[in-house]
Amino acid sequence: MRTDLAVIGAGPAGLAAALAAAARGLRVTVLDSAPAPGGQFHRQPAPGLAAHRPRLPHDRGRGWRWLRDALAASDVTVLTDHHVWVVEHGFTVHALLGPEQRESVAVRAEAVLLATGGYEKVLPFPGWTLPGVVAAGGAQAMLKGGLVVPGRRAVVAGTGPLLLPVATGLAAAGVVVPALVEAADPAAFLRHRRALAAKLPEGAGYAARLLRHRVRFLARHTVVRAHGGRALTGVTVAALDSGGHVRPGTGRYIPCDTLAVGHGMVPHTDLAETLGCRLAGAAVRVDDEQRTDVPGVWAAGEATGIGGAALALAEGHIAGRSVAARLRGTAPDPSTWARAAGTRARLREFARALDAVYAPPAHWAEQVPDGTVVCRCEEVTAGAVREAARDLGAGDPRTVKLLTRAGMGWCQGRMCAPAVAGIAGCEPAPSRRPFARPVPLGVLARQHRDATATDDATGEGAGEATDEGTEEGPS
Amino acid sequence: MNPQEPARARPGPAFTLTFDGREIAAVPGQTVAAALWAAGATSWRTTRRAGRPRGVFCGIGVCFDCLVTVNGSPNQRACLVPARPGDVVRTQEGTGHED
Ligand SMILES: Cc1cc2nc3c(=O)[nH]c(=O)nc-3n(C[C@H](O)[C@H](O)[C@H](O)COP(=O)(O)OP(=O)(O)OC[C@H]3O[C@@H](n4cnc5c(N)ncnc54)[C@H](O)[C@@H]3O)c2cc1C
Ligand code: FES
Repeated sequence: MRTDLAVIGAGPAGLAAALAAAARGLRVTVLDSAPAPGGQFHRQPAPGLAAHRPRLPHDRGRGWRWLRDALAASDVTVLTDHHVWVVEHGFTVHALLGPEQRESVAVRAEAVLLATGGYEKVLPFPGWTLPGVVAAGGAQAMLKGGLVVPGRRAVVAGTGPLLLPVATGLAAAGVVVPALVEAADPAAFLRHRRALAAKLPEGAGYAARLLRHRVRFLARHTVVRAHGGRALTGVTVAALDSGGHVRPGTGRYIPCDTLAVGHGMVPHTDLAETLGCRLAGAAVRVDDEQRTDVPGVWAAGEATGIGGAALALAEGHIAGRSVAARLRGTAPDPSTWARAAGTRARLREFARALDAVYAPPAHWAEQVPDGTVVCRCEEVTAGAVREAARDLGAGDPRTVKLLTRAGMGWCQGRMCAPAVAGIAGCEPAPSRRPFARPVPLGVLARQHRDATATDDATGEGAGEATDEGTEEGPS
Repeated sequence: MNPQEPARARPGPAFTLTFDGREIAAVPGQTVAAALWAAGATSWRTTRRAGRPRGVFCGIGVCFDCLVTVNGSPNQRACLVPARPGDVVRTQEGTGHED
Protein backbone atom coordinates (compact mmCIF):
# COMPACT_ATOMS: atom_id res chain seq x y z
CA MET A 1 0.00 0.00 0.00
CA ARG A 2 1.17 3.54 -0.86
CA THR A 3 0.24 6.84 0.69
CA ASP A 4 1.58 10.38 0.84
CA LEU A 5 1.55 10.71 4.62
CA ALA A 6 1.55 7.85 7.13
CA VAL A 7 0.39 8.95 10.57
CA ILE A 8 1.21 6.62 13.45
CA GLY A 9 -1.26 7.09 16.28
CA ALA A 10 -4.96 7.98 16.03
CA GLY A 11 -5.14 10.16 19.14
CA PRO A 12 -5.94 13.87 19.02
CA ALA A 13 -2.49 14.72 17.57
CA GLY A 14 -2.59 12.13 14.79
CA LEU A 15 -6.19 12.78 13.82
CA ALA A 16 -5.77 16.58 13.74
CA ALA A 17 -2.70 16.17 11.54
CA ALA A 18 -4.43 13.69 9.23
CA LEU A 19 -7.44 15.99 8.78
CA ALA A 20 -5.29 19.07 8.13
CA ALA A 21 -3.14 17.26 5.57
CA ALA A 22 -6.07 15.53 3.83
CA ALA A 23 -7.96 18.84 3.57
CA ARG A 24 -4.98 20.10 1.56
CA GLY A 25 -5.08 17.28 -0.93
CA LEU A 26 -2.72 14.66 0.53
CA ARG A 27 -3.49 10.95 0.63
CA VAL A 28 -3.27 10.15 4.33
CA THR A 29 -3.20 6.78 6.11
CA VAL A 30 -3.46 6.62 9.90
CA LEU A 31 -2.29 3.47 11.70
CA ASP A 32 -3.16 2.66 15.30
CA SER A 33 -2.82 -0.45 17.42
CA ALA A 34 -6.18 0.11 19.11
CA PRO A 35 -9.39 -1.41 17.73
CA ALA A 36 -10.83 2.10 17.14
CA PRO A 37 -9.48 5.63 16.65
CA GLY A 38 -9.46 8.13 19.53
CA GLY A 39 -6.21 7.61 21.41
CA GLN A 40 -6.08 7.74 25.20
CA PHE A 41 -8.14 10.84 25.94
CA HIS A 42 -10.94 10.00 23.50
CA ARG A 43 -10.86 6.24 24.05
CA GLN A 44 -14.35 4.92 23.28
CA PRO A 45 -16.11 1.84 24.60
CA ALA A 46 -15.42 -1.13 22.30
CA PRO A 47 -18.04 -1.08 19.51
CA GLY A 48 -19.40 -4.49 20.61
CA LEU A 49 -20.50 -2.96 23.92
CA ALA A 50 -22.96 -0.73 22.05
CA ALA A 51 -22.75 2.07 24.59
CA HIS A 52 -25.50 4.59 23.93
CA ARG A 53 -24.22 7.24 26.29
CA PRO A 54 -20.47 6.83 26.41
CA ARG A 55 -20.02 10.29 27.90
CA LEU A 56 -19.44 9.49 31.51
CA PRO A 57 -16.64 9.09 32.41
CA HIS A 58 -15.45 10.14 28.98
CA ASP A 59 -14.75 13.67 27.97
CA ARG A 60 -17.65 16.02 27.60
CA GLY A 61 -18.13 14.67 24.15
CA ARG A 62 -17.95 17.68 21.88
CA GLY A 63 -14.27 17.41 20.95
CA TRP A 64 -14.59 13.77 20.05
CA ARG A 65 -17.79 14.18 18.05
CA TRP A 66 -16.12 16.87 16.00
CA LEU A 67 -13.06 14.72 15.27
CA ARG A 68 -15.17 11.64 14.54
CA ASP A 69 -17.49 13.46 12.15
CA ALA A 70 -14.65 15.27 10.39
CA LEU A 71 -12.86 11.95 9.98
CA ALA A 72 -15.96 10.29 8.53
CA ALA A 73 -16.36 13.14 6.04
CA SER A 74 -12.70 13.03 4.97
CA ASP A 75 -10.72 10.77 2.64
CA VAL A 76 -8.37 9.71 5.44
CA THR A 77 -7.77 5.94 5.59
CA VAL A 78 -7.71 4.65 9.18
CA LEU A 79 -6.06 1.27 9.80
CA THR A 80 -6.94 0.08 13.30
CA ASP A 81 -5.45 -3.02 14.97
CA HIS A 82 -2.14 -2.14 13.27
CA HIS A 83 0.78 -2.34 15.72
CA VAL A 84 3.69 -0.49 14.11
CA TRP A 85 6.94 -2.17 15.07
CA VAL A 86 9.42 -0.33 12.89
CA VAL A 87 9.58 2.47 10.32
CA GLU A 88 12.28 2.11 7.70
CA HIS A 89 13.86 5.08 6.02
CA GLY A 90 12.38 5.83 2.69
CA PHE A 91 9.64 5.29 4.26
CA THR A 92 8.13 1.87 4.89
CA VAL A 93 5.91 1.49 7.93
CA HIS A 94 5.72 -2.12 9.17
CA ALA A 95 2.74 -3.08 11.29
CA LEU A 96 1.65 -6.32 12.94
CA LEU A 97 -2.03 -7.08 12.54
CA GLY A 98 -3.78 -7.33 15.88
CA PRO A 99 -4.84 -8.78 18.11
CA GLU A 100 -2.94 -11.94 17.13
CA GLN A 101 0.11 -10.03 15.83
CA ARG A 102 1.39 -12.87 13.65
CA GLU A 103 1.17 -11.13 10.25
CA SER A 104 3.01 -7.98 9.25
CA VAL A 105 1.94 -5.53 6.55
CA ALA A 106 3.88 -2.65 4.98
CA VAL A 107 2.69 0.86 4.11
CA ARG A 108 4.94 3.01 1.93
CA ALA A 109 4.83 6.77 2.43
CA GLU A 110 6.56 9.96 1.36
CA ALA A 111 6.35 11.40 4.87
CA VAL A 112 5.74 10.06 8.36
CA LEU A 113 4.14 11.68 11.37
CA LEU A 114 4.83 10.13 14.76
CA ALA A 115 1.82 10.78 17.01
CA THR A 116 2.30 7.86 19.36
CA GLY A 117 1.46 9.63 22.61
CA GLY A 118 2.86 8.34 25.87
CA TYR A 119 2.40 5.85 28.66
CA GLU A 120 2.39 6.10 32.41
CA LYS A 121 5.29 6.19 34.78
CA VAL A 122 4.75 4.31 38.05
CA LEU A 123 7.48 4.41 40.68
CA PRO A 124 7.94 1.36 42.93
CA PHE A 125 7.01 0.92 46.58
CA PRO A 126 6.55 -2.23 48.68
CA GLY A 127 3.57 -4.23 47.42
CA TRP A 128 3.21 -2.46 44.06
CA THR A 129 3.28 -5.76 42.15
CA LEU A 130 0.22 -7.17 43.95
CA PRO A 131 -2.85 -7.88 41.83
CA GLY A 132 -5.24 -5.00 42.43
CA VAL A 133 -2.49 -2.40 42.08
CA VAL A 134 -2.94 -0.90 38.61
CA ALA A 135 -1.61 2.09 36.75
CA ALA A 136 -4.05 4.99 37.16
CA GLY A 137 -4.40 5.53 33.41
CA GLY A 138 -4.70 1.76 33.00
CA ALA A 139 -7.75 1.70 35.24
CA GLN A 140 -9.09 4.62 33.20
CA ALA A 141 -8.39 2.87 29.90
CA MET A 142 -10.12 -0.34 31.05
CA LEU A 143 -13.07 1.70 32.28
CA LYS A 144 -13.39 3.80 29.12
CA GLY A 145 -12.76 0.98 26.66
CA GLY A 146 -14.19 -2.04 28.46
CA LEU A 147 -16.67 -0.46 30.89
CA VAL A 148 -15.16 -2.50 33.72
CA VAL A 149 -13.60 -1.71 37.08
CA PRO A 150 -11.10 -3.82 39.01
CA GLY A 151 -12.80 -3.76 42.41
CA ARG A 152 -15.23 -2.09 44.77
CA ARG A 153 -12.99 0.20 46.81
CA ALA A 154 -10.16 2.05 45.11
CA VAL A 155 -7.52 4.41 46.45
CA VAL A 156 -6.14 6.69 43.72
CA ALA A 157 -2.57 7.81 44.38
CA GLY A 158 0.68 9.21 43.04
CA THR A 159 0.97 12.58 41.40
CA GLY A 160 -0.27 14.40 38.32
CA PRO A 161 -3.35 15.87 36.68
CA LEU A 162 -4.47 12.43 35.44
CA LEU A 163 -5.40 11.33 38.98
CA LEU A 164 -8.39 13.70 39.04
CA PRO A 165 -10.31 12.22 36.08
CA VAL A 166 -9.33 8.72 37.24
CA ALA A 167 -10.76 9.27 40.74
CA THR A 168 -13.96 10.93 39.51
CA GLY A 169 -14.32 8.37 36.70
CA LEU A 170 -14.07 5.40 39.06
CA ALA A 171 -16.44 7.05 41.55
CA ALA A 172 -19.00 7.81 38.82
CA ALA A 173 -18.81 4.14 37.80
CA GLY A 174 -19.88 3.13 41.30
CA VAL A 175 -16.52 2.38 42.91
CA VAL A 176 -16.04 3.72 46.44
CA VAL A 177 -12.97 5.97 46.36
CA PRO A 178 -11.96 6.59 49.98
CA ALA A 179 -9.00 8.84 49.10
CA LEU A 180 -7.08 10.61 46.36
CA VAL A 181 -3.49 10.67 47.61
CA GLU A 182 -1.48 13.38 45.82
CA ALA A 183 2.21 13.96 46.55
CA ALA A 184 2.20 17.54 45.26
CA ASP A 185 2.36 20.40 47.72
CA PRO A 186 -0.55 22.89 47.51
CA ALA A 187 1.97 25.69 48.12
CA ALA A 188 3.49 24.91 44.72
CA PHE A 189 0.12 25.65 43.06
CA LEU A 190 0.14 29.07 44.65
CA ARG A 191 3.61 29.78 43.33
CA HIS A 192 2.42 28.96 39.80
CA ARG A 193 -1.09 30.38 40.06
CA ARG A 194 -0.60 32.83 37.17
CA ALA A 195 0.26 30.11 34.65
CA LEU A 196 -2.44 27.81 36.01
CA ALA A 197 -5.24 30.39 36.32
CA ALA A 198 -6.89 29.44 33.02
CA LYS A 199 -7.55 25.94 34.31
CA LEU A 200 -9.05 27.02 37.63
CA PRO A 201 -12.66 26.37 36.54
CA GLU A 202 -11.73 22.83 35.48
CA GLY A 203 -10.01 22.31 38.83
CA ALA A 204 -13.08 23.60 40.64
CA GLY A 205 -15.24 21.18 38.67
CA TYR A 206 -13.12 18.25 39.81
CA ALA A 207 -13.17 19.52 43.40
CA ALA A 208 -16.96 19.58 43.33
CA ARG A 209 -17.15 16.05 41.92
CA LEU A 210 -14.68 14.72 44.49
CA LEU A 211 -16.81 16.27 47.20
CA ARG A 212 -20.01 14.83 45.77
CA HIS A 213 -18.50 11.35 45.70
CA ARG A 214 -16.99 11.83 49.20
CA VAL A 215 -13.44 11.34 47.96
CA ARG A 216 -10.98 12.67 50.52
CA PHE A 217 -8.19 14.67 48.91
CA LEU A 218 -4.93 14.05 50.78
CA ALA A 219 -2.37 16.50 49.39
CA ARG A 220 1.32 16.10 50.25
CA HIS A 221 0.71 12.43 51.03
CA THR A 222 2.14 9.27 49.55
CA VAL A 223 1.47 5.53 49.59
CA VAL A 224 4.28 3.91 51.57
CA ARG A 225 3.10 0.31 51.25
CA ALA A 226 0.47 -1.84 49.58
CA HIS A 227 -0.63 -4.77 51.72
CA GLY A 228 -1.90 -8.21 50.80
CA GLY A 229 -0.88 -11.82 50.25
CA ARG A 230 -2.06 -12.86 46.78
CA ALA A 231 -4.13 -9.72 46.21
CA LEU A 232 -4.37 -6.19 47.55
CA THR A 233 -6.19 -5.71 50.86
CA GLY A 234 -5.19 -2.15 51.78
CA VAL A 235 -2.58 0.58 51.65
CA THR A 236 -0.66 2.60 54.20
CA VAL A 237 -0.46 6.28 53.33
CA ALA A 238 1.64 8.88 55.12
CA ALA A 239 2.19 12.63 55.06
CA LEU A 240 5.23 14.23 53.43
CA ASP A 241 7.21 17.10 54.96
CA SER A 242 8.13 20.16 52.91
CA GLY A 243 11.40 18.49 51.92
CA GLY A 244 9.57 15.48 50.48
CA HIS A 245 10.44 13.05 53.30
CA VAL A 246 7.78 10.79 54.82
CA ARG A 247 6.82 12.26 58.20
CA PRO A 248 7.33 9.59 60.86
CA GLY A 249 4.23 8.61 62.80
CA THR A 250 1.75 9.87 60.18
CA GLY A 251 1.07 6.50 58.55
CA ARG A 252 -2.54 5.38 58.34
CA TYR A 253 -4.11 2.26 56.90
CA ILE A 254 -6.89 2.45 54.30
CA PRO A 255 -8.59 -0.83 53.38
CA CYS A 256 -9.13 -1.22 49.62
CA ASP A 257 -9.06 -3.89 46.91
CA THR A 258 -7.73 -1.53 44.23
CA LEU A 259 -4.93 1.01 44.10
CA ALA A 260 -4.80 3.13 40.94
CA VAL A 261 -1.38 4.73 40.99
CA GLY A 262 0.63 6.92 38.63
CA HIS A 263 3.50 9.38 38.77
CA GLY A 264 3.19 11.17 35.44
CA MET A 265 3.69 10.20 31.82
CA VAL A 266 6.57 9.23 29.54
CA PRO A 267 6.56 9.94 25.77
CA HIS A 268 6.67 6.95 23.36
CA THR A 269 9.91 7.51 21.42
CA ASP A 270 10.91 4.05 20.14
CA LEU A 271 9.95 4.62 16.49
CA ALA A 272 11.61 8.04 16.48
CA GLU A 273 14.79 6.61 17.98
CA THR A 274 15.07 3.82 15.39
CA LEU A 275 14.65 6.46 12.68
CA GLY A 276 17.51 8.40 14.26
CA CYS A 277 15.46 11.42 15.41
CA ARG A 278 17.09 13.51 18.06
CA LEU A 279 15.43 13.64 21.44
CA ALA A 280 15.10 16.57 23.82
CA GLY A 281 15.17 14.99 27.25
CA ALA A 282 12.69 12.11 27.16
CA ALA A 283 10.67 13.49 24.21
CA VAL A 284 11.10 13.71 20.44
CA ARG A 285 12.63 17.04 19.51
CA VAL A 286 10.70 19.12 16.98
CA ASP A 287 10.93 22.59 15.41
CA ASP A 288 8.16 25.20 15.04
CA GLU A 289 6.61 23.20 12.19
CA GLN A 290 6.70 20.00 14.29
CA ARG A 291 9.49 18.59 12.12
CA THR A 292 12.03 16.23 13.68
CA ASP A 293 15.64 16.59 12.59
CA VAL A 294 15.18 13.64 10.17
CA PRO A 295 13.89 14.92 6.79
CA GLY A 296 10.40 13.64 6.08
CA VAL A 297 9.60 12.77 9.70
CA TRP A 298 7.24 14.94 11.74
CA ALA A 299 6.09 14.41 15.35
CA ALA A 300 3.23 15.85 17.39
CA GLY A 301 1.33 15.34 20.62
CA GLU A 302 2.65 13.69 23.75
CA ALA A 303 5.47 11.92 21.88
CA THR A 304 7.04 15.40 21.78
CA GLY A 305 6.30 16.24 25.43
CA ILE A 306 3.50 15.61 27.89
CA GLY A 307 0.85 18.33 27.72
CA GLY A 308 -2.65 16.91 27.33
CA ALA A 309 -5.16 16.46 24.55
CA ALA A 310 -5.75 20.12 23.59
CA LEU A 311 -2.03 20.71 23.06
CA ALA A 312 -1.84 17.49 21.03
CA LEU A 313 -4.64 18.78 18.77
CA ALA A 314 -2.88 22.10 18.12
CA GLU A 315 0.47 20.43 17.42
CA GLY A 316 -1.14 17.88 15.12
CA HIS A 317 -2.92 20.58 13.15
CA ILE A 318 0.32 22.48 12.59
CA ALA A 319 2.18 19.30 11.64
CA GLY A 320 -0.48 18.35 9.07
CA ARG A 321 -0.32 21.75 7.40
CA SER A 322 3.46 21.72 7.36
CA VAL A 323 3.55 18.26 5.75
CA ALA A 324 1.03 19.34 3.11
CA ALA A 325 3.16 22.32 2.10
CA ARG A 326 6.53 20.56 2.30
CA LEU A 327 5.45 17.56 0.21
CA ARG A 328 4.41 20.01 -2.51
CA GLY A 329 7.89 21.47 -2.32
CA THR A 330 6.82 24.80 -0.86
CA ALA A 331 7.64 26.43 2.44
CA PRO A 332 4.50 26.82 4.58
CA ASP A 333 3.38 30.23 5.76
CA PRO A 334 3.18 30.01 9.57
CA SER A 335 0.90 33.06 9.73
CA THR A 336 -1.88 30.82 8.36
CA TRP A 337 -1.77 28.72 11.53
CA ALA A 338 -1.18 31.58 13.95
CA ARG A 339 -4.15 30.62 16.11
CA ALA A 340 -2.97 27.04 16.58
CA ALA A 341 0.55 28.32 17.28
CA GLY A 342 -0.83 30.66 19.96
CA THR A 343 -2.72 27.80 21.57
CA ARG A 344 0.39 25.66 21.43
CA ALA A 345 2.55 28.31 23.11
CA ARG A 346 -0.02 28.90 25.84
CA LEU A 347 -0.56 25.20 26.56
CA ARG A 348 3.16 24.41 26.54
CA GLU A 349 3.67 27.08 29.19
CA PHE A 350 0.79 25.59 31.15
CA ALA A 351 2.35 22.12 30.85
CA ARG A 352 5.64 23.45 32.19
CA ALA A 353 3.82 24.89 35.21
CA LEU A 354 2.04 21.58 35.84
CA ASP A 355 5.35 19.80 35.58
CA ALA A 356 6.80 22.06 38.25
CA VAL A 357 3.82 21.51 40.55
CA TYR A 358 3.25 17.77 40.19
CA ALA A 359 6.32 15.84 41.24
CA PRO A 360 6.86 12.53 42.99
CA PRO A 361 8.16 12.84 46.58
CA ALA A 362 11.72 14.19 46.31
CA HIS A 363 13.15 11.21 48.21
CA TRP A 364 11.09 8.43 46.66
CA ALA A 365 14.18 6.46 45.59
CA GLU A 366 15.68 6.28 49.09
CA GLN A 367 12.36 5.09 50.41
CA VAL A 368 12.28 1.95 48.26
CA PRO A 369 13.49 -0.92 50.50
CA ASP A 370 16.13 -3.32 49.13
CA GLY A 371 13.66 -6.18 48.94
CA THR A 372 11.14 -4.38 46.70
CA VAL A 373 10.93 -5.54 43.09
CA VAL A 374 11.77 -2.67 40.70
CA CYS A 375 11.78 -4.44 37.33
CA ARG A 376 8.41 -6.17 37.23
CA CYS A 377 9.29 -8.45 34.28
CA GLU A 378 12.63 -9.82 35.45
CA GLU A 379 11.81 -9.47 39.17
CA VAL A 380 14.94 -7.47 39.95
CA THR A 381 14.95 -5.85 43.39
CA ALA A 382 16.04 -2.37 44.44
CA GLY A 383 18.83 -4.04 46.42
CA ALA A 384 20.24 -5.66 43.28
CA VAL A 385 20.12 -2.36 41.41
CA ARG A 386 21.90 -0.59 44.26
CA GLU A 387 24.52 -3.29 44.46
CA ALA A 388 25.24 -2.95 40.74
CA ALA A 389 25.60 0.79 41.10
CA ARG A 390 27.57 0.79 44.33
CA ASP A 391 29.70 -2.33 44.45
CA LEU A 392 30.08 -3.08 40.77
CA GLY A 393 30.46 0.55 39.74
CA ALA A 394 27.65 0.64 37.15
CA GLY A 395 27.36 4.35 36.43
CA ASP A 396 24.65 4.30 33.74
CA PRO A 397 21.36 2.49 33.20
CA ARG A 398 22.76 0.34 30.39
CA THR A 399 25.42 -1.18 32.64
CA VAL A 400 22.91 -1.66 35.45
CA LYS A 401 20.73 -3.51 32.94
CA LEU A 402 23.56 -5.79 31.82
CA LEU A 403 24.50 -6.62 35.40
CA THR A 404 21.01 -7.13 36.81
CA ARG A 405 18.71 -7.85 33.81
CA ALA A 406 16.54 -4.92 34.97
CA GLY A 407 14.79 -3.67 31.81
CA MET A 408 15.54 -6.80 29.74
CA GLY A 409 12.11 -8.37 30.04
CA TRP A 410 8.99 -8.29 27.94
CA CYS A 411 8.27 -4.58 28.40
CA GLN A 412 11.88 -3.75 27.52
CA GLY A 413 12.25 -1.38 30.41
CA ARG A 414 9.24 0.78 29.58
CA MET A 415 7.84 0.25 33.06
CA CYS A 416 11.03 0.35 35.14
CA ALA A 417 13.50 2.63 33.35
CA PRO A 418 12.78 5.79 35.40
CA ALA A 419 12.81 3.80 38.66
CA VAL A 420 16.02 1.92 37.86
CA ALA A 421 17.80 5.16 36.97
CA GLY A 422 16.51 6.88 40.12
CA ILE A 423 17.50 4.04 42.43
CA ALA A 424 20.90 3.59 40.79
CA GLY A 425 21.41 7.34 41.07
CA CYS A 426 22.07 7.94 37.37
CA GLU A 427 20.42 9.87 34.56
CA PRO A 428 17.87 7.93 32.48
CA ALA A 429 19.40 7.05 29.09
CA PRO A 430 17.67 6.61 25.73
CA SER A 431 16.55 3.01 25.46
CA ARG A 432 17.55 2.13 21.87
CA ARG A 433 14.98 -0.60 21.59
CA PRO A 434 15.29 -2.32 18.21
CA PHE A 435 11.53 -2.49 17.72
CA ALA A 436 8.53 -0.72 19.14
CA ARG A 437 6.73 -4.05 19.58
CA PRO A 438 7.86 -7.63 20.22
CA VAL A 439 8.00 -9.24 16.79
CA PRO A 440 7.37 -12.95 16.17
CA LEU A 441 10.42 -14.74 14.77
CA GLY A 442 8.39 -15.93 11.79
CA VAL A 443 7.65 -12.33 10.79
CA LEU A 444 11.31 -11.38 11.06
CA ALA A 445 12.35 -14.39 9.00
CA ARG A 446 9.81 -13.48 6.28
CA GLN A 447 10.99 -9.87 6.25
CA HIS A 448 14.54 -11.08 5.86
CA ARG A 449 13.61 -13.39 2.99
CA ASP A 450 11.68 -10.66 1.20
CA ALA A 451 14.49 -8.17 1.75
CA THR A 452 17.17 -10.45 0.33
CA ALA A 453 14.90 -11.39 -2.57
CA THR A 454 14.12 -7.84 -3.64
CA ASP A 455 17.31 -6.29 -2.33
CA ASP A 456 15.35 -3.39 -1.12
CA ALA A 457 15.76 -3.31 2.64
CA THR A 458 17.37 -0.12 3.74
CA GLY A 459 16.58 0.20 7.42
CA GLU A 460 18.61 -1.37 10.12
CA GLY A 461 15.62 -2.88 11.87
CA ALA A 462 14.13 -5.38 9.47
CA GLY A 463 15.70 -8.78 9.30
CA GLU A 464 17.51 -8.57 12.58
CA ALA A 465 16.22 -11.02 15.12
CA THR A 466 17.01 -10.19 18.67
CA ASP A 467 16.71 -11.98 21.92
CA GLU A 468 14.46 -9.23 23.20
CA GLY A 469 12.01 -9.02 20.37
CA THR A 470 11.14 -12.63 19.78
CA GLU A 471 7.96 -14.54 20.06
CA GLU A 472 9.24 -16.47 23.02
CA GLY A 473 10.38 -13.39 24.83
CA PRO A 474 13.49 -13.34 26.92
CA SER A 475 14.44 -16.61 28.55
CA MET B 1 -23.01 -0.85 40.20
CA ASN B 2 -22.06 -2.16 36.78
CA PRO B 3 -20.24 0.61 34.84
CA GLN B 4 -22.15 -0.49 31.74
CA GLU B 5 -25.26 1.12 33.24
CA PRO B 6 -24.24 4.80 33.26
CA ALA B 7 -22.90 4.35 29.71
CA ARG B 8 -26.22 2.73 28.67
CA ALA B 9 -24.36 -0.12 27.05
CA ARG B 10 -26.59 -2.59 25.24
CA PRO B 11 -24.11 -5.24 24.16
CA GLY B 12 -25.16 -8.31 22.23
CA PRO B 13 -26.10 -11.48 24.11
CA ALA B 14 -23.67 -12.68 26.79
CA PHE B 15 -21.62 -15.80 26.11
CA THR B 16 -19.48 -18.01 28.28
CA LEU B 17 -15.82 -18.81 28.38
CA THR B 18 -13.89 -20.76 30.96
CA PHE B 19 -11.22 -19.47 33.30
CA ASP B 20 -9.24 -22.32 34.91
CA GLY B 21 -12.21 -24.55 34.27
CA ARG B 22 -14.78 -22.21 35.80
CA GLU B 23 -17.47 -20.83 33.49
CA ILE B 24 -17.64 -17.05 33.36
CA ALA B 25 -19.91 -14.76 31.38
CA ALA B 26 -18.63 -12.18 28.91
CA VAL B 27 -20.25 -9.80 26.45
CA PRO B 28 -19.18 -8.85 22.92
CA GLY B 29 -16.59 -6.06 22.94
CA GLN B 30 -14.90 -7.13 26.16
CA THR B 31 -11.24 -8.08 26.15
CA VAL B 32 -10.24 -11.19 28.08
CA ALA B 33 -9.00 -8.89 30.88
CA ALA B 34 -12.30 -7.01 30.98
CA ALA B 35 -14.25 -10.28 31.16
CA LEU B 36 -12.00 -11.53 33.98
CA TRP B 37 -12.32 -8.24 35.92
CA ALA B 38 -16.10 -8.34 35.46
CA ALA B 39 -16.04 -11.87 36.91
CA GLY B 40 -14.08 -10.67 39.92
CA ALA B 41 -10.66 -12.06 38.96
CA THR B 42 -7.62 -9.77 39.17
CA SER B 43 -4.76 -12.23 38.67
CA TRP B 44 -4.13 -14.86 35.96
CA ARG B 45 -0.40 -15.30 35.77
CA THR B 46 2.42 -16.31 38.09
CA THR B 47 5.89 -14.92 37.57
CA ARG B 48 8.76 -17.03 36.25
CA ARG B 49 11.08 -16.62 39.23
CA ALA B 50 9.15 -16.02 42.44
CA GLY B 51 5.82 -17.47 41.26
CA ARG B 52 3.99 -14.30 42.27
CA PRO B 53 0.48 -13.58 40.98
CA ARG B 54 -0.05 -10.81 38.41
CA GLY B 55 -2.86 -9.34 36.34
CA VAL B 56 -3.54 -6.03 34.57
CA PHE B 57 -1.13 -3.22 35.29
CA CYS B 58 -0.81 -0.68 32.43
CA GLY B 59 -4.12 -1.58 30.76
CA ILE B 60 -2.82 -0.50 27.33
CA GLY B 61 -0.58 -3.31 26.09
CA VAL B 62 2.76 -1.90 27.24
CA CYS B 63 3.70 -3.76 30.45
CA PHE B 64 3.05 -7.45 29.59
CA ASP B 65 2.00 -8.15 33.18
CA CYS B 66 -1.41 -9.42 32.04
CA LEU B 67 -0.04 -12.37 30.04
CA VAL B 68 -2.38 -15.35 30.00
CA THR B 69 -2.89 -18.62 28.14
CA VAL B 70 -5.86 -18.51 25.75
CA ASN B 71 -6.90 -21.65 23.89
CA GLY B 72 -3.51 -23.18 24.54
CA SER B 73 -1.45 -20.19 23.37
CA PRO B 74 0.56 -18.67 26.22
CA ASN B 75 1.78 -15.05 26.45
CA GLN B 76 -1.41 -13.40 25.19
CA ARG B 77 -1.93 -9.89 26.54
CA ALA B 78 -5.34 -10.18 28.20
CA CYS B 79 -5.85 -6.40 27.97
CA LEU B 80 -5.68 -6.54 24.15
CA VAL B 81 -7.18 -9.90 23.17
CA PRO B 82 -10.96 -9.86 22.63
CA ALA B 83 -12.94 -12.47 24.54
CA ARG B 84 -14.66 -14.97 22.26
CA PRO B 85 -17.39 -17.52 22.95
CA GLY B 86 -15.95 -20.78 24.22
CA ASP B 87 -12.46 -19.41 24.91
CA VAL B 88 -10.47 -21.59 27.29
CA VAL B 89 -8.51 -19.18 29.46
CA ARG B 90 -5.92 -20.57 31.85
CA THR B 91 -3.67 -19.02 34.45
CA GLN B 92 -0.20 -18.88 32.93
CA GLU B 93 2.51 -20.36 35.15
CA GLY B 94 5.92 -18.85 34.43
CA THR B 95 6.71 -18.81 30.70
CA GLY B 96 3.57 -20.79 29.96
CA HIS B 97 5.64 -23.44 28.23
CA GLU B 98 6.37 -26.75 29.87
CA ASP B 99 10.03 -26.48 30.68
C1 LIG C 1 -3.52 4.97 29.84
C2 LIG C 1 -3.76 6.46 29.70
C3 LIG C 1 -5.00 7.00 30.05
C4 LIG C 1 -5.24 8.37 29.93
N1 LIG C 1 -6.45 8.87 30.33
C5 LIG C 1 -6.66 10.22 30.25
C6 LIG C 1 -7.89 10.79 30.70
O1 LIG C 1 -8.79 10.07 31.11
N2 LIG C 1 -8.05 12.13 30.66
C7 LIG C 1 -7.05 12.94 30.19
O2 LIG C 1 -7.22 14.15 30.18
N3 LIG C 1 -5.90 12.45 29.74
C8 LIG C 1 -5.67 11.11 29.78
N4 LIG C 1 -4.46 10.61 29.37
C9 LIG C 1 -3.48 11.55 28.79
C10 LIG C 1 -3.60 11.52 27.23
O3 LIG C 1 -2.51 10.75 26.82
C11 LIG C 1 -3.51 12.85 26.53
O4 LIG C 1 -4.40 13.74 27.08
C12 LIG C 1 -3.81 12.78 24.99
O5 LIG C 1 -4.57 11.66 24.67
C13 LIG C 1 -2.56 12.83 24.17
O6 LIG C 1 -2.87 12.80 22.79
P1 LIG C 1 -1.86 12.21 21.71
O7 LIG C 1 -2.55 12.32 20.40
O8 LIG C 1 -0.53 12.83 21.84
O9 LIG C 1 -1.65 10.69 22.11
P2 LIG C 1 -2.67 9.50 22.45
O10 LIG C 1 -4.04 9.95 22.66
O11 LIG C 1 -1.98 8.72 23.51
O12 LIG C 1 -2.68 8.63 21.10
C14 LIG C 1 -1.56 7.90 20.67
C15 LIG C 1 -2.06 6.72 19.88
O13 LIG C 1 -0.94 6.11 19.27
C16 LIG C 1 -1.13 4.72 19.28
N5 LIG C 1 0.20 4.10 19.20
C17 LIG C 1 1.28 4.31 20.00
N6 LIG C 1 2.32 3.57 19.59
C18 LIG C 1 1.88 2.88 18.51
C19 LIG C 1 2.50 1.92 17.64
N7 LIG C 1 3.78 1.54 17.80
N8 LIG C 1 1.74 1.38 16.65
C20 LIG C 1 0.44 1.77 16.46
N9 LIG C 1 -0.18 2.67 17.25
C21 LIG C 1 0.53 3.21 18.26
C22 LIG C 1 -1.87 4.44 20.56
O14 LIG C 1 -2.63 3.25 20.45
C23 LIG C 1 -2.76 5.67 20.70
O15 LIG C 1 -4.04 5.44 20.20
C24 LIG C 1 -4.20 9.23 29.47
C25 LIG C 1 -2.97 8.67 29.11
C26 LIG C 1 -2.73 7.30 29.22
C27 LIG C 1 -1.39 6.74 28.84
S1 FES D 1 -1.96 -4.69 31.34
FE1 FES D 1 -0.08 -4.04 30.55
S2 FES D 1 0.06 -5.22 28.76
FE2 FES D 1 -1.89 -5.73 29.48
